[in-house]
Amino acid sequence: MTVLEFRGDMSAATRNRLALLDIVEGIALWRLAWSLGWLDIRLRYRGSILGPFWLTLSTGVMIGSLGVLYSALFHIDTRNYLPFLALSQVLWGFIATLVGEACAAFTQAEGMIRAVRMPLFVHAIRTLLRNVFVLAHTIVVIVVVDVIFSVSPGWHAPLALPGVVLWMFDGLAICLLLGAFCARFRDIAPIVASIMQIAFFLTPVIWKPEQLGGHAWLLPLNPFFAIMEIVRAPLLGTSPSHTTWLAAIVYSVVLFALSWLMFVKARGRVAFWM
Amino acid sequence: MSSARIDITDVSVFFPLYHGSSRSLKKTVMAAASGRLGQDRQSRVVVQALRDISFSLQSGDRLGLVGANGAGKTTLLRTLGGIYEPVTGQVRLQGSVTTLLDTTLGMNLELTGRENIQLRGLYTGVARTDIPAMEEDVAQFAGLGDFIDLPVRTYSSGMVVRLAFAMATALRPQILLMDEWFIVGDAEFMEKARDRLEGMVRGAEIMVLSTHALEIIRSWCTRVLWIDQGRIREDGSPDEVIAAYLGHPLPAPAPAPAAT
Repeated sequence: MTVLEFRGDMSAATRNRLALLDIVEGIALWRLAWSLGWLDIRLRYRGSILGPFWLTLSTGVMIGSLGVLYSALFHIDTRNYLPFLALSQVLWGFIATLVGEACAAFTQAEGMIRAVRMPLFVHAIRTLLRNVFVLAHTIVVIVVVDVIFSVSPGWHAPLALPGVVLWMFDGLAICLLLGAFCARFRDIAPIVASIMQIAFFLTPVIWKPEQLGGHAWLLPLNPFFAIMEIVRAPLLGTSPSHTTWLAAIVYSVVLFALSWLMFVKARGRVAFWM
Repeated sequence: MSSARIDITDVSVFFPLYHGSSRSLKKTVMAAASGRLGQDRQSRVVVQALRDISFSLQSGDRLGLVGANGAGKTTLLRTLGGIYEPVTGQVRLQGSVTTLLDTTLGMNLELTGRENIQLRGLYTGVARTDIPAMEEDVAQFAGLGDFIDLPVRTYSSGMVVRLAFAMATALRPQILLMDEWFIVGDAEFMEKARDRLEGMVRGAEIMVLSTHALEIIRSWCTRVLWIDQGRIREDGSPDEVIAAYLGHPLPAPAPAPAAT
């Protein structure tokens, strides 16, 4: 028997419990989140012949052309540079799109939120899964580039897994945090978009960390670098430094804390902000 | 068997009005910077959608809500459905709840009828093996024919209503909360709808219905609340409350209430 109880004067403990319950119930509905995420992609490409493989194609074309251009600009051997760019660009694409779409995690589901009571966490999972599905299509580009230049990350590759797991938790946290914040304040989304634009240039995505020379020790101060490097380094055949891992964990813990505080406060109010 | 139950105690729901620029970060930051945030909070414009509402419902109750537009009927339904959480007071819901509020019912208009049914099934925890049977039942009851595999956006409004109604009632919820839009169905569908609804209510569950069609309230409901400006103005049997609401008793039953 489902029993729901809401009070106007809920204690902090009750609010925390309800937020936790939302997450637990949301996880139980993962199949729904999976279907919604997948339908989002199908809808985006409904009626097109290539469907989501447009993502593969357009990413491939972009990396191919940027790779040739930048290797000439930076005077780096294409053979050396292109596999790096393919990996970085695909991973960055995932991070940047996820952060951007996290802003719409709840507002996009306005109709559902106002029509039925549903754990808000479902929408966070949906947004994350949608981007994972996109990533699955763009990963093909990395594989193709690696095959063409016959490079392989070797035995380091499985070391990316802990990083990928951390990414999933970070992704859910950012959806809850930005989803709620952007539902309340509608001008956060453009701010986030411009921050991501700046972050793209400040993070070694198209340029290599080594190019910083003596200033490379500054890199872990950039949260995007730390988070990205824990997955990228193993796939490039190296290990991220302990400092990088430590930085990634610290940034993630801060993100989880902020996201939890926001969600506990906003959970019962999101329906009013739609 | 089950004992669905709703208890509402001193519930008030206020809507903050965030229209236009007052919703923006700029205002909030500006107000905070000039030390006026607290004051801004206090003087924030709110609509008191519900004020000090208390009542209880138990298995077998069929409650009708009447009142002028904007009296708070839909907000009350959303509060009963756990969509809006009260600002003060307490809401306690026991049993599985289905809400029929918007005609689109949270459906994605770009998806086909069948896909929407599948999503609904997933949401309500229908076993995956039972979903095809549910699709069949809903498609057949809603009389959609081949439209079931077309996007809902191509449906007529009557078809959307029939699909939504069939979907909501396919599940035998313990508590059904319904807004007035479903009356849009044609007369033939209303007869079918009534049979299906009555079947559901006979299972000793709770229904709350908000409508301006007083005939329907009288024939379907056992209790009526008159909501006025967010408060309960009258609470009693359908005949009493409708008479008070109209200022005179409702004339003898019309021959074909479904045609309302």
